[in-house]
Amino acid sequence: MRITLRLERRSEAAICYQLSALSYQLSAKKITETGVTITLNHFSAAAVFALFASIVFGITHREDTRDMVRYGLYCFAMFLGGVLVAGWAMWVLRR
Amino acid sequence: MANSTTERSKAVPAQNLSAMAVLAPAVGWLIPGGGHMLQKRWIRGGLLFISIVALFLLGLAMQGRIYKANGGDILDILGFVGDVGAGALYLLALANDWGQGAIAFATADYGTKFMIVAGLLNFIAIADAYHIAIGKKK
Repeated sequence: MRITLRLERRSEAAICYQLSALSYQLSAKKITETGVTITLNHFSAAAVFALFASIVFGITHREDTRDMVRYGLYCFAMFLGGVLVAGWAMWVLRR
Repeated sequence: MANSTTERSKAVPAQNLSAMAVLAPAVGWLIPGGGHMLQKRWIRGGLLFISIVALFLLGLAMQGRIYKANGGDILDILGFVGDVGAGALYLLALANDWGQGAIAFATADYGTKFMIVAGLLNFIAIADAYHIAIGKKK
């Protein structure tokens, strides 16, 4: 009984996943016909975010130009490093 | 001697609280980086403008959601506060009814966060423009 239920749940999850993937493809196609749509993957979204946030942090948190550049680069490295560490941590936890 | 020094240090902030201290944050809110440009920090202002505007526009292009004024869920209120920070960009998005579509795919949620963060970064830029205006920062 338990095994059957688990199997049913798994197949439901698989169907849901396939449906969401299909709706994603359809919606992406529909939107691109009407306007500008950018679809970034997880890493590129994080990289873009890190770049712009680091520029603002660098400018606003330091006094001299040299310190601004240094702090901006430090923030960028920390953002991306954090993303990579978190990504690998999740990969390890999932196994 | 000690008294005169104390009096002088108290008087300095009052002198520095000029029209610029009000104008720079106001312009900075409306146009990201505008507060810096107003004080002739052209490169800083330009970089702030590019960063914040790019983040906001990318959020819109990723089909992110714009929060309207609301009194409901705390996260919605905070989302609204973040979005408002983007100033003219937020007003423009509201006027054109951008960012109101149903979220169609997973990464659209990143777009919503991009726009909130753009507003929050602009708040930091506003504070920085104010500090320059009062002479606390070069």
